[in-house]
Amino acid sequence: MADLSINFAGIKSPNPFWLASAPPTNSGYQIMKAFDAGWGGAVWKTLGVPVINVSSRYGGMNYRDTRISGFNNIELITDRPLADNLREIEEVKKYFPNHAVIASLMVESRKEWEQIIKDVENAGADGIELNFGCPHGMCERGMGSAVGQEPTVLKTIVEWVMAAANIPVITKLSPNITHIESPGLAAVEGGTNALSLINTIKSIIGIDLDTYAPYPVVDGKGSNGGYCGPAVKPIALNMLRQLGQHPQIAGTPISGIGGIETWRDVVEFILLGATSVQVCTAAMHYGFGIVREMDNGLRRFMDERGYKTIYDFAGLALPNVVEWKELNLKHKVVASINKDKCIGCQLCYIACDDTAHQAISISGDQTNRIPSIIEENCVGCNLCSLVCPVENCITMEKRDDGKQHLTWEELTNTDRIPVTFNDERAGGRGHYVPEVADALKHRKN
Amino acid sequence: MSEYKRPITEQDYDKNFKQKKPLMRQSEAFIESSRCLFCFDAPCMHACPTHIDIPLFIKQIHTGNVTGSAETIYDMNWMGNACGKVCPTQVLCEGACVFNNENGKPIEIGRLQNFATNKAISSRTKLFSKGTPNGKSVAVIGAGPSGLACACELSTLGYDVVIFEAKERPSGLTAHGTAPYKITNEEALDEVAYLQEQLGFKIHYLTPVTSEEQLKDIESKYDAVFLGVGIGPTASLNIKGEDLPEVVGAVEFVNELRFAKHTMKLPGSVIVLGGGNTAMDAASESARMGVETVHLVYRRSKEDMGAYYFEYDLAISAGVQSIFNASPKEITGNGKVKGVKFVRTAIENGKLVEVAGSEFEISCDMVIKATGQAKMGSLFQKIPGLQLDSSKRIVVNMETYQTGNPKYFAGGDAVNGGTEVVNCAYEGKQAAKGIHKFLHA
Repeated sequence: MADLSINFAGIKSPNPFWLASAPPTNSGYQIMKAFDAGWGGAVWKTLGVPVINVSSRYGGMNYRDTRISGFNNIELITDRPLADNLREIEEVKKYFPNHAVIASLMVESRKEWEQIIKDVENAGADGIELNFGCPHGMCERGMGSAVGQEPTVLKTIVEWVMAAANIPVITKLSPNITHIESPGLAAVEGGTNALSLINTIKSIIGIDLDTYAPYPVVDGKGSNGGYCGPAVKPIALNMLRQLGQHPQIAGTPISGIGGIETWRDVVEFILLGATSVQVCTAAMHYGFGIVREMDNGLRRFMDERGYKTIYDFAGLALPNVVEWKELNLKHKVVASINKDKCIGCQLCYIACDDTAHQAISISGDQTNRIPSIIEENCVGCNLCSLVCPVENCITMEKRDDGKQHLTWEELTNTDRIPVTFNDERAGGRGHYVPEVADALKHRKN
Repeated sequence: MSEYKRPITEQDYDKNFKQKKPLMRQSEAFIESSRCLFCFDAPCMHACPTHIDIPLFIKQIHTGNVTGSAETIYDMNWMGNACGKVCPTQVLCEGACVFNNENGKPIEIGRLQNFATNKAISSRTKLFSKGTPNGKSVAVIGAGPSGLACACELSTLGYDVVIFEAKERPSGLTAHGTAPYKITNEEALDEVAYLQEQLGFKIHYLTPVTSEEQLKDIESKYDAVFLGVGIGPTASLNIKGEDLPEVVGAVEFVNELRFAKHTMKLPGSVIVLGGGNTAMDAASESARMGVETVHLVYRRSKEDMGAYYFEYDLAISAGVQSIFNASPKEITGNGKVKGVKFVRTAIENGKLVEVAGSEFEISCDMVIKATGQAKMGSLFQKIPGLQLDSSKRIVVNMETYQTGNPKYFAGGDAVNGGTEVVNCAYEGKQAAKGIHKFLHA
């Protein structure tokens, strides 16, 4: 039986599922409900000098009939007095002493940092998370992502915090930066116990076609918000691995955040090195009960693979993320259509013929709508298998014998790469390209 | 036994004849339209007799461009709303949907189509305009699907169009001949009103064209004539007792029912003769009117029925009892229908034969004949040069729909012998193009 408990930089939690610092963790009531529903930890909505919020705070990015494939918000940190929050932290810890309560903090002066750290420690918080990520509102006031984007400032504040704190400190990073390693390294050099990422991405979720203002519209105007939800997961995964592969950052525990909704998402984050995960949008969309699916799926995955704890597989995907130049150019796959599964939508055909390599043909006869792969034209790009609506109908079949291995790096080192515009060694040379005028043969009268 | 109680009020009637394809709600249309795969060279388009760009109109619904969606539909089919409701979509667009190939649920194309066109019609969205007058005029005989489609298309091309209609209302079989649970009278007539408001063609009601004088007059006043006269009344069976008062034709029965609604008086037991879709409709409707015993009798086997399987299922689920391989020999009764005498049939050497000594009688109070309709032969004889085939259908050039008399064009049931509204709408539109080509050659 899998043991989901974790010890994240000294913060103990019955499972790796934490609620991220956000609206779901605004109050003790909400966090108690979440723990009761199965969450192992919660990062309290960022504490600091209370703010005043606007009305209309969220925007959703819908795809087809899927609501909130992306989500953005312009809500700020807590708008409740610190004393109320501290009292509730204390109460939650009485009910759930073994769950992780982490206080997210955002203040300006060193004096304020020292005071608020003392306060949350006294209230019984298990750890502290430094909010250096918020990309809207707070950054205009020199906090949040304004700190996350200035590694030297970030490092200084981390040093203040580490000098004052007696409980573990997590530094939360902003993705609104060109190289995530810079703030990551600054935090590690400043002495942080752990990192978390990503905070939200600076975004405009859409424009209202009636008011011509960005969503969410506040009295005819809008502001950039912070983007999160399922759509940001790929960005989060990449930043997670960038930190995990950095020689000076590797080894620092990382709490993964960004679009996590299912057990699969959780496993992917752990495979890239995260040892706790934080969730917001999925809870805001479906309620705290969504954790049931994550919990069951993660346990099943671990039991089936024989993993006792999440540390048994944490980071296992990291060595497989390499630079492009290290990929094997001799690896060859081609698409294969399972004719028994094909339903004849011909999306693969038109995707390939219009936008890829003209490697799929159709009969043109309505009674036989199953397309055929033209193997010699197929470059193995995957597009057809991605557009196919039937699971496992188009698969990519290996065609090389696995014996040859040649990388761009090796070619470069041995002076075998194309170097002039019409180089004989161009990869696409000799590959099938239709006659230009053939395009017009498809015209309908 | 019938599953339905006799309708006393119009509300009862509406309940018994509840729409099979009810108008979709906004969220339903949104979710359903999201399922469409946007197939390449989509099979649904090929299956539609009017070749509507179905993936496009579905995508337009999904993106909130419902007006654009209605435009896409009407661009190919002037009876867009009626077809969304009365088309046998199971065997046309929806039957061709690729989701059928994985035993999935096909996209509800008919209801989506109706969603878009209904919105345009009910909000009176301006979608069409009359073409610049070209000084030519065309007479259309019959305000059914083919005549209306022809009139609409000609109007956009700048023709002055006048329709001569024998009945007091337009839409032909849509409002007069389809089962009430497929489309309401109001909805069928409103589409015609909507089209007419924007395209301006005139319709003369209660103006049957039957005499040579009328034809001569029309010929002298118009540059071309379109015959969209459909087919005639129910044909005679030529059996004894057929002239009894309670023996009616199915087409006439449906027509009366659609306008008399709950006030139509029906007896306790009815026999419907026939195996086509009209027979199914008549049987199903009798049951929905609360007739206690409805027998559907067909002289051939179940497999030989011309009706779609789902129309048969619908009749059975309404409480209709079916009898196959029985041919009517006589309608019994003295001044009033008492029953029908049948003889069993069988196939011998590929031919339908009567089984000697197998006569039997079923008692009933009313007989509905759904055994085919007569053709409009007498009118056709008055048009010189018009050619008819052996089934008395007008012979036309299948591209231009021009008849043997160059001034006359024809389409719809008078040409195809009786098909769906959608086929007629297509032919009317094509004929308009043929007329345009003819008059501008």
